[in-house]
Amino acid sequence: MAAANRLSVAKTYKIYIDGKFPRTESGRYFPLKNKQDAVIANVCRGSRKDFRNAVVAARKAQAGWARASAYLRGQILYRIAEMLEGRIEQFVAELQLQGRTERQARKEVEIAVDRLIYYAGWADKYQQVFSSVNPVSSAHFNFSVLEPTGVVSIIAPDDSGLIGLVSYIAPAIVGGNTCVALASESLPLSAVSFAEVLHASDVPAGVVNILTGFRDELTEQFASHMDVNAIAWPGDGRKMARSVQTLAAENIKRVIARPKIDWMSDEGESPYLIRDTQEVKTTWHPIGS
Amino acid sequence: MSVAAVKKARRLPDLSCVPAVDEVGVNERVARFQTRSIKKSAKVEALKLILSMIDLTTLEGQDTAGKVRQLCQKAIHLHDAYPGLPHVAAVCVYPNMVSVAKEALAGHDIRIASVATAFPSGMSSRKVKLEDTRTAVAAGADEIDMVISRGEFLAGNYRYVFDEIVAVKEACGDAHLKVILETGELGTLDRVRRASVLAMHAGADFIKTSTGKVQPAATMQVTLVMLQAIRDYYRDTGRMVGMKPAGGISTSKLAIHYLVMLHETLGNAWMTPEWFRFGASSLANDVLMQLMKQSTGLYQSADYFSKD
Repeated sequence: MAAANRLSVAKTYKIYIDGKFPRTESGRYFPLKNKQDAVIANVCRGSRKDFRNAVVAARKAQAGWARASAYLRGQILYRIAEMLEGRIEQFVAELQLQGRTERQARKEVEIAVDRLIYYAGWADKYQQVFSSVNPVSSAHFNFSVLEPTGVVSIIAPDDSGLIGLVSYIAPAIVGGNTCVALASESLPLSAVSFAEVLHASDVPAGVVNILTGFRDELTEQFASHMDVNAIAWPGDGRKMARSVQTLAAENIKRVIARPKIDWMSDEGESPYLIRDTQEVKTTWHPIGS
Repeated sequence: MSVAAVKKARRLPDLSCVPAVDEVGVNERVARFQTRSIKKSAKVEALKLILSMIDLTTLEGQDTAGKVRQLCQKAIHLHDAYPGLPHVAAVCVYPNMVSVAKEALAGHDIRIASVATAFPSGMSSRKVKLEDTRTAVAAGADEIDMVISRGEFLAGNYRYVFDEIVAVKEACGDAHLKVILETGELGTLDRVRRASVLAMHAGADFIKTSTGKVQPAATMQVTLVMLQAIRDYYRDTGRMVGMKPAGGISTSKLAIHYLVMLHETLGNAWMTPEWFRFGASSLANDVLMQLMKQSTGLYQSADYFSKD
């Protein structure tokens, strides 16, 4: 059969919860349009119940993921990079569909791959850099180590389809956290495809969950859920920032606002971004005087 | 009732006359129950009713007196941050823990249920099973959860199973008797229905799905079949029998589906802890988290609820 006669196989963009690709439980969708105002995809308009289900999955997965050895977590991050590398053309095409030039798109995907490898390398090193033996004036051996904070909710930057999301997720999970991320509202397609990459990369179910939907509707849910231990987000919009801070205070959630970072540049990767979602645990161990 | 009337009532029925179960019909009916929308204030009422129907259970070989006391504390103080909560119906423990529970629950209107009759397998002699039952009752159990001899039942030895239930019922004295069918080992819904009829005729005050030690434990399908058996038995004899699904019911959503099923099969008369129980442990905290969600608007975390 000639290729021209082939029926097009349009992809259904779903959300990613607990290692599965369900549709939103709300049954709501929003059309994503290109610059010519043509619909390029129907995207799930995730609901607070989708978020709740995702948090349940993330909580369930967290202890096991934190117990995995640093070496294994590093290998799995490296595996994500490998899988993404193999699909570069798909991601480039998808970013172009959403209005990027080919050059921009290719650069963004390549940086995303490199960023995953960067954090894969940090997996078994950040602990040594940030841990310390502390001088104390008593008969104690006093040391501080990092522990993952738990479940992190992530609002990915709206102005990038892939690199922003990857730059938020990678430092959170490399440190043993699990996360629920909300994809860019205006460029959501690559996030769903990235979920497929995660799915093929031995990332245990529930470690990363990705929703698509409206930021105005979901940000406060991401901030208020009592079973979420930290929220990482761009911190844009003064009114919303106040609301996020107030709601997060309900269970003393860590609020990590990252405004005005150029995720395409080197400032978009740093071990300090890993530390953002770590808790410092200090132990006083008695020794003979 | 006179002694003769009691004996007449406790006659082994002809189980070949028990109606066959239409499995496809049961599945469709169960699917229907799950489409009911219970929201807002109706949901809050349902959640509180569920709490009041819970038999808070710990049945582990590793149970200690401390663990049982902790469970009893949980039964008394479900979640003090939420005023006006009902307490659970009962705590359910092994016979040797009944006295511990009795002491911990002194002064509270929470019943003590104890499993007996060589729980969970029931593989022992009649003599041992009766002694097990008497031990639990003597220690202060208000309710006895017995297991039927599934091996004998599956071998078609209905008389044996029937007589055993009658004997245990006698050994219970004033204590209520719940008869566990262990539906996961019965295999078909037809057998579940037959075992339900047999147990009710033998004098069961409650029929109960499972021990919680065998998978699958309670399912909505077997529970529906048992509820229908209770309904038909009530129509025939005028005696109400209670129902207790146990094992595997750990979310509020599922528990609400069970309530819907109870309501639409047996009606309002059974919608009390006197006639319906949930055998569960983790269900209580899930219900509490849902209640707090309803009152605060925030999704809750298990970190802020006491463990049982």
